[in-house]
Amino acid sequence: MSQVQPLIQDDMTPDAVESGKLRPSLAAEVGERSGAALNRCYQCKSCGNGCPFVQAMDYTPNQVLRLVQFGMRQEVLTCKTIWVCVGCHTCSSQCPMSIDIAAVMDTLRLMAVEEGVAIGKANIIDFHEEVLRSLEKYGRAHKLGIMLGYKRQTGRWLKDLDVGLKMLARRKLDLIPSRVRDVKEIADLFTCYWRETA
Amino acid sequence: MSDVHQQDFSYFPGCSLATTAAESNRSLMQAARILGLNLIELEDWNCCGSSSAQTMCKNLSLAMAARNLSLAPPGRPLVAMCPRCLHYLRSAQECLKADPQTREDLEAKWGRPIPTDLEIMHFMEVLVRYGLDRLKVNARRSLKGLRFVPYYGCTLARPPRLAKEKYFQGEMENILTALGAEAVPDALMYRCCGSFLSATDPEIVTPLVQEIIGSAAAAKADCLVTACAMCQLNLEIRNTSKSKIPIFHFSEILALALGADDYEEWFVRHLVDPRPLIQKLAKAA
Repeated sequence: MSQVQPLIQDDMTPDAVESGKLRPSLAAEVGERSGAALNRCYQCKSCGNGCPFVQAMDYTPNQVLRLVQFGMRQEVLTCKTIWVCVGCHTCSSQCPMSIDIAAVMDTLRLMAVEEGVAIGKANIIDFHEEVLRSLEKYGRAHKLGIMLGYKRQTGRWLKDLDVGLKMLARRKLDLIPSRVRDVKEIADLFTCYWRETA
Repeated sequence: MSDVHQQDFSYFPGCSLATTAAESNRSLMQAARILGLNLIELEDWNCCGSSSAQTMCKNLSLAMAARNLSLAPPGRPLVAMCPRCLHYLRSAQECLKADPQTREDLEAKWGRPIPTDLEIMHFMEVLVRYGLDRLKVNARRSLKGLRFVPYYGCTLARPPRLAKEKYFQGEMENILTALGAEAVPDALMYRCCGSFLSATDPEIVTPLVQEIIGSAAAAKADCLVTACAMCQLNLEIRNTSKSKIPIFHFSEILALALGADDYEEWFVRHLVDPRPLIQKLAKAA
């Protein structure tokens, strides 16, 4: 995306000092990777007011943008908000400055995974890992397997059992996974960062 | 393709329609068959990557969607029903257009070209091009008396990254009202259903679903019709309130109006049984 104009360049925000060498400010880095012009934010809070998930967040979306602008790398990458966000784009469509806030959240999640920081809401990443395990094995999502794997990881076997049973009764959870024939092609794709570190 | 004269399409079902939402897949196939649209399942397709690959690794996410594009035979548009699959497939195509190096690497890896001009569209777009008049000619059952909330959810109309693509907001109303149903638009049509948080954090999702269902009940709708299979599931499994409103896949209502007769098979897979509503409509007609 071309509309990104890093407002601050070569500055010394706290995160740059921490690493001992110059790197682009957090705002510039996130702006570049997400393609979102996040420096346009003037804290009108439309995103915070419109977000259906704001109750479950520790920072409102506009506060997340502020943390990024202030270069508070640790705070923003370990916050809960970026993991509660499912990318429904309500914020992006309501922003009067046309900032694609959901794309910022997307970028922050990737950065949190890459930098190996403590995850603000660990059960979400457990779930994503379980999905990826299924995709690696079958090339497609096997929902029953994912849910069982997720429960094994979190140890909460009884939680939501009634819904699972109802779905089984309506034959909505297949016992046998639907799978891709060319499993080698799929396995080859899983040489990504996640695979190396998991 | 300006008009739908060409009848062959590659079809990407995606993981939901292949499994949990098999009833959506079946009814879609019925509707397509009746309309003479030939949906040919993409040979050996894989998951579009979904939110999980997108979250954990961008390269993986891109490669998973791109593999599907590489499997699509040239000259046939690729049709998806799931808005998220559509989103990731289109995003990957945009990405590969802008990054020829990655595209060439993937092409070399698989020994197949990845067409950047492949048309990727939602089934609703196919219907719009097919034309409402032609659609009406094929109607066999009237939807008269059915008050529905057209529930688009969050993905079909929104992601700004794809805003330059065509969108067909309001088309669910156009299509189903042409078939006799009555749209009830004063409900939460675009509110997110909670997506994958329904699996991890039902306590966050349940109040959202209650709000959506509550708005439909307040507007005196008989049912919600969803554009997305995941929304359909979440609205069913996370509704703990007393108003048990049937939640249909768009394809089910369409196929019903077009006279498909195997609807028992779809409806037994619903957690909120829609059959009483269907019987009431049949009696009134």
